[in-house]
Amino acid sequence: MELTGAEIAIRCLQEEGVEYLFGYPGGAVLHIYDALFQQDKVKHILVRHEQAAVHAADGYARSSDKVGVALVTSGPGLTNAVTGIATAYMDSIPMVVISGQVPSYAIGEDAFQEVDAVGITRPCVKHNFLIKDVKDIAPTIKKAFYLAKSGRPGPVLVDIPKDISSHKAEFIYPGSVTIRSYNPVGKADNTQIERAAKMLLEAKRPMIYAGGGVVLSGASLQLTELVRMLNVPCTNTLMGLGGYPANDKQFVGMPGMHGTYEANMAMHHCDVLLAVGARFDDRVIGNVEHFAQVPRKIIHIDIDPSSIAKRVKVDVPVVGDLKLVLEQLLGALRSSKQKSDASAMTAWWKQVDEWRIKGGGLRYKNSTEIIKPQFVIEKLYEITGGDAFITSDVGQHQMWAAQYYKFDKPRRWINSGGLGTMGFGLPAAMGVQLVNPGATVACVTGEGSIQMNIQELSTCKQFHLPLKVLSLNNRYLGMVRQWQQFFHGNRYSESYMDALPDFVKLAEAYGHIGMRIDKPSDVEPALKEAFARKNDLVFMDFRTDPTENVFPMVPGGKGLSEVILAEDL
Amino acid sequence: MRHIISLLMENEAGALSRVAGLFSARGYNIESLTVAPTEDPTLSRMTIVTSGSDAIIDQINKQLNKLIDVAAVMDLSEGEHLERELMLVKVRAQGLVCDELKRVTNIFHGRVIDESESTCTIELTDTCAKLDSFLQAIDRDLILETVRTGASGIGRGDRILKL
Repeated sequence: MELTGAEIAIRCLQEEGVEYLFGYPGGAVLHIYDALFQQDKVKHILVRHEQAAVHAADGYARSSDKVGVALVTSGPGLTNAVTGIATAYMDSIPMVVISGQVPSYAIGEDAFQEVDAVGITRPCVKHNFLIKDVKDIAPTIKKAFYLAKSGRPGPVLVDIPKDISSHKAEFIYPGSVTIRSYNPVGKADNTQIERAAKMLLEAKRPMIYAGGGVVLSGASLQLTELVRMLNVPCTNTLMGLGGYPANDKQFVGMPGMHGTYEANMAMHHCDVLLAVGARFDDRVIGNVEHFAQVPRKIIHIDIDPSSIAKRVKVDVPVVGDLKLVLEQLLGALRSSKQKSDASAMTAWWKQVDEWRIKGGGLRYKNSTEIIKPQFVIEKLYEITGGDAFITSDVGQHQMWAAQYYKFDKPRRWINSGGLGTMGFGLPAAMGVQLVNPGATVACVTGEGSIQMNIQELSTCKQFHLPLKVLSLNNRYLGMVRQWQQFFHGNRYSESYMDALPDFVKLAEAYGHIGMRIDKPSDVEPALKEAFARKNDLVFMDFRTDPTENVFPMVPGGKGLSEVILAEDL
Repeated sequence: MRHIISLLMENEAGALSRVAGLFSARGYNIESLTVAPTEDPTLSRMTIVTSGSDAIIDQINKQLNKLIDVAAVMDLSEGEHLERELMLVKVRAQGLVCDELKRVTNIFHGRVIDESESTCTIELTDTCAKLDSFLQAIDRDLILETVRTGASGIGRGDRILKL
């Protein structure tokens, strides 16, 4: 039986096992919405802005290892989605975005709500397609899911002109897909594995630096085994938090601009650095020249060859899927007759522990007068037993959440690391809650970020998503203010959030519960009350210290050992 | 350093812009870029002349390989290879000037493909450097138009880029 292109598209999503489709209707996708209406396998979540649809699909994917799917209309629907797509691209999140396009005969005529979707998204997708024939819909969507999920994951856009979605064709969903120009790697070359194993065993000061790739590849267990087998210090990047348990004694905290003193010093002074699914980001290693001053051997495992030797010189490049590569490496280490230099390792750990003491750990001066944002995160950690899914927006609150919530499991920490997208947290939390029904999901945000997608409180009401929103409200764009204080002579240019809404009333207006917390002594009771309300979304407006800064801090352009500790100021 | 990179990619709409977009987005140089379908009409062969440090060239190769539509990449300048570029030059030339031009053209193994009362058009196929030399050998003020295709490259002997 022949189906319309729209029906075919929805059937494809059914075949892919898509539970939730995040979207917003419009002219060019009316046929697809009509097909959606006439089935009940794929549930549609109507967001209030297309950017949120993509972030929700993103949160869904990050917290579950499934492909997130979003559906938007042409023109402004697509352009609104671009920030979400770029966010997913920077963090390598598997996602398929279907966009409507003006009818194929009108393309290029500046038709109503026409934009060059493929052109606009080209630099921020793994791949994209413009469908020109109804017969291509099924094979293209099959390819899109395959590309999104395999290799280094990423978002894939499928642009479907309106007339194509009304044309008819036989529905045949391909069982498998091969793309001759695309062959993602699996296992790594054994010679490289042997070289890596030898180098690690010969090291005097080895260190493991693990990034988001560990989470994406599902390689946490393998990483944990490796870290313990080698008895080395391990650091997880912002994207990799939870990839290695934060409460373990071999964990030295997050590296980078707001990483711990010990993580940064160990990264800087180690003699062999094993980078696992991490990309030596500027926010992680700071100044490249400064980093290169210390001679150290680098072994870099990544699924994407272009991530290797992009910013730093690498001695042993290893290309492959982390989970498989780490299995190979574990095997090579087990069968090796060589053993690590025990006395060198003892000395190395002594040094790392000295840095731990010198850095003084993550710390802040608590107050009985004013709420310290770090205190809120510490209490959040306690009250949720460290087991919640935490999404965040971008800024100081993001760094505090990353520092003070000790993630022991992967896929629990959901944030926009690469693009740094304010407005990500709330919609991402919606996706997290939908794919993890019954789980505790909290969004740590600020009064600046939350207003970038606050309309989603309405979506949460419609779909009964009992999120807990913790807004660390310091009346400033805190991270901007911090940089202005440190590097721009206290000139707080446009970083002050004047005329804020009454967030309690705002939450109530959307049909939720709002709480305002002013005193440190009220933090714990408020959190307890909020998290006890299993079926309600609770918006907590914490009035926090407007002058608090994020420490430690490696200033932009500086090296990892040039860190500013809290007491230095 | 100058590199000449050859690649095979799907002959699909938008494939060229993915390559061109990659170069502009990441700030890589393109000196020239030529592309046309191969004997297999589903594949296009592209030759890119670029320049950069070893690290940048390494990234260019990796980033090109990463494009889904790109099936194979070869840095021709890493081994023995041949390259040719086609140039058409229209020159203001009459009488003695025209004779002199034809003499120079002969030396460069070019040929005259069009003549009018006041102009002479020359076709020349050679390495990019030879074409540069030709342009230096003739009076610059007489040149009316220069049309160059950019280099096309191929490996020598058994160096073959094929799927």
